[in-house]
Amino acid sequence: MMLMLVISGFLLAAFVPLMKRMWGVNSTYVAALLPLGLTIWYAFQYSAIVNGETLSWSRPWIEALGVHFSFQLDGLSLLFSLMIAGIGVFIVLYTKGYLHGHPMQHRFVMFTLMFMASMLGVVSADNVILLFIFWELTSFTSYLLIGFNHDEEASRKASLQALLVTGCGGLFLLAGLILMSIAAGTTEISGMIAQRDSIIDHPHYPVMLGLVLIGAFTKSAQTPFHFWLPNAMQAPTPASAYLHSSTMVKAGVYLLARLSPVLGGTPEWIWVLTGIGVLTLITGAVLASGQTYLKRLLAYTTVAALGAMVMAIGIGTPKALQAAVVFLLAHACYKAALFLVAGIIDHETGEKNVTKLGGLRKYMPLTGIAAMIAAASMAGIPLAFGFIGKEMLYTAVLHHPALTGLTIIAGAFFMLVAWQTGVRPFIASVKETPKHPHDPPWMMLAGPVVLGIITLSAGIIPGTLFDGLAGAATAAILAHPVDLHLHLWHGINTELLLSIVTIVLGAVAIILSAFWIKSAGKLRPCVRFGPDQGYQNLLAGLVNFAKWQTRMLQGGSLRRYLIIIVITMCGLFVMYFIRANFAFQLNDLTPISPPLVILSILVIIAGVAATMTNSRLGAVAAMGVVGFSAALFFIYFGAPDLAMTQLVIETLSIVLLVLAFYYLPPFATRSTWRGRMRDGVVAIFAGTVVTLLILVANGVQLSPAVSEYYAETSVPLAHGRNIVNVILVDYRGLDTLGEITVLAVAGIGSYALLRLRIKTGGKS
Amino acid sequence: MTSLILRRSTRYLFPVIMLFSIYLLLRGHNEPGGGFVGGLAAASAYTLYALAYDVTTARSLLRIDSRLLIGLGLLLSLGSGMLSFLFKQPLLTSQWAKIKISQQYTLELSTPLVFDIGVYLVVLGVTLTIILALADHNTEENEA
Repeated sequence: MMLMLVISGFLLAAFVPLMKRMWGVNSTYVAALLPLGLTIWYAFQYSAIVNGETLSWSRPWIEALGVHFSFQLDGLSLLFSLMIAGIGVFIVLYTKGYLHGHPMQHRFVMFTLMFMASMLGVVSADNVILLFIFWELTSFTSYLLIGFNHDEEASRKASLQALLVTGCGGLFLLAGLILMSIAAGTTEISGMIAQRDSIIDHPHYPVMLGLVLIGAFTKSAQTPFHFWLPNAMQAPTPASAYLHSSTMVKAGVYLLARLSPVLGGTPEWIWVLTGIGVLTLITGAVLASGQTYLKRLLAYTTVAALGAMVMAIGIGTPKALQAAVVFLLAHACYKAALFLVAGIIDHETGEKNVTKLGGLRKYMPLTGIAAMIAAASMAGIPLAFGFIGKEMLYTAVLHHPALTGLTIIAGAFFMLVAWQTGVRPFIASVKETPKHPHDPPWMMLAGPVVLGIITLSAGIIPGTLFDGLAGAATAAILAHPVDLHLHLWHGINTELLLSIVTIVLGAVAIILSAFWIKSAGKLRPCVRFGPDQGYQNLLAGLVNFAKWQTRMLQGGSLRRYLIIIVITMCGLFVMYFIRANFAFQLNDLTPISPPLVILSILVIIAGVAATMTNSRLGAVAAMGVVGFSAALFFIYFGAPDLAMTQLVIETLSIVLLVLAFYYLPPFATRSTWRGRMRDGVVAIFAGTVVTLLILVANGVQLSPAVSEYYAETSVPLAHGRNIVNVILVDYRGLDTLGEITVLAVAGIGSYALLRLRIKTGGKS
Repeated sequence: MTSLILRRSTRYLFPVIMLFSIYLLLRGHNEPGGGFVGGLAAASAYTLYALAYDVTTARSLLRIDSRLLIGLGLLLSLGSGMLSFLFKQPLLTSQWAKIKISQQYTLELSTPLVFDIGVYLVVLGVTLTIILALADHNTEENEA
């Protein structure tokens, strides 16, 4: 049941093209039914989960490694699943309006569904290997979503950057998870929690922690990996709203919360998480304030918010964890709404720059109300859900003066950004925009409006709405039940005071914003020293290295290729000889007989002739003699299968070579005397090494059991007397399948190259 | 270059080589032979045709695109290996069906044979795809 629910997005995605054919653009509505159904299903699990139960589903998968296909739904998973499926509904609906008339709308819906399924997989997986697979699937599907407008170079670059950063992080994560599995002796997270001590006390604990954290930090855009998130704003807005505000970037936060009872609580954990978290909080907030483009503004504050969540998880007290959960929920609601509003503004006015927007409330009143509610939540104004989240965050950091100070500063910046994105475009004096704006169709408004209603009601009656869910999620992070309650009014206390300070500072920031944006613009060149530039340099360096390496090893000269291949191979063999102390087996060799001598002389003469001849045909004929002689060798030693194949291959090779002559320039001796000497030395070296190799191989006693097994069982088990063939098609059938696949690929590749040549003019 | 003798003899040689290639394929399980060498032999028969006549004639003799043979062969091999899934056995577990024809003879049909036919088709397809593509250009240019 759970498996079907989690992967239902993939299944439906497969049918989206068909649905498009049947129902046209209305298929998007049909697609929205899936996240809606999932939301309802998850909502039905609510009472059980809140009462402390967990739903589990497990099937054997890779039994040899103890890996199970197992899912688990506890409070934390339910919280995320509800967010993913719930916001998913509005995203799919929104797409209907946002990509109105776009020929590839169904493709976008398809990617969105796939992404949703991957994300649900991440938050439901109990097995770390399964979790990793879904983790990578989110990177992959987000690559498709960010690069949706793939005919724009900026889109392609941004999607590749996101894929490389999060994908590389994923590999670190995999290594960390495997180390943890080895230490704990289980690949199930629920099992690891019980084995916490053996992981924490493991000598490799710092390594595990580092690897897992790199995975989580890259995904959740923590400094210094934050740069990919603002760049990913090239994605169509529904994707930004879904991936980059409410779901994917929170996967890293989810992972940290999920592994908190396994890895957390140690000094390393607390220091790294709070340190990086607060650094990201400040970096994101400061960088956001200098932006003028709507979506980038929001992206940087998302970075900052993610930092706040990581910081709270790092602090790790029940109150801090609860703050992380509530802040996460509040952030998902207001940030998704703001992104959707940003998309609406862009869609309706054709303008992305906030400084060129104003007075929109007259044309799009509903959008304006939704935007202002979201902005109030972001700014942490009372009666909005964000206020509760912010207050709780202050409670969590209260004991650390430095953290408190930095959080307040970040809070002021949040207010500034909330003003710029959610309020100012609607209230200031009317400005001319490329398009004449009005409220968008209901599909696009549904998201911001519903999220706004949730934000407001959660801000007023937080306890009634989210006590259960937030409590269950916090309990899941702590791995023991907690009794925590949410209130709007805590009385007059330090947190309230801090909130007032934040709002005052924010107001000052808003007043000074024009000046600040101007000066921030002047600081823009500093980005050159930022991590984004580091990424660009690294990528450019990699490409240059690849070019250099290709020039060195694959310069296009066939002779050079052969020399490199032969020398490498023989060099490796020689290394082996040295390790084996030159133990050549000289006994037990086949006695030399006249036919063998004659054949050998024939081969040598033909070989020398092939290098000496002045015509291509002569060379090919000489090589043919070598090949046919090899077939005779096979017959002499009783290997008819090999001989037969060798004969046919040789015939076809000669035909192939003769046909290829047509494409070659007239025959000429181009090699210098020196070059020929070098080639000769390499050839003799290769011949010697191969001879020695055979002598060594002769001495290696393979277990006779294998060949005896084949000989004995070939007839009774495989009903065949020709052992060679039986091995090929039965015992080692998978190898053969692989070989013919390679053969097929090689054939298609050669065909493509030949056609390409013919098309571009063929013979020169 | 057209040679009447080559053309004439090709007409007689072609069926013989083809028959031989199928013979090689079928006997492979018990005697020297098999799909690989059989496929090569069949490819040489078509190549002979392409040399004696021209690529177009060889292609029309083949009836279907040689590239299609590659895919077909791969599918056949993979499909024969996946038949074992029906019996809840791992991939490529061989399945045998013995049909009694008379008192003396039993026809033994098996998935390894189907697998080998797949190999035969892939080898034939790949070889012909490359050789015919190479030879094709020759004819075009000669005719032009």
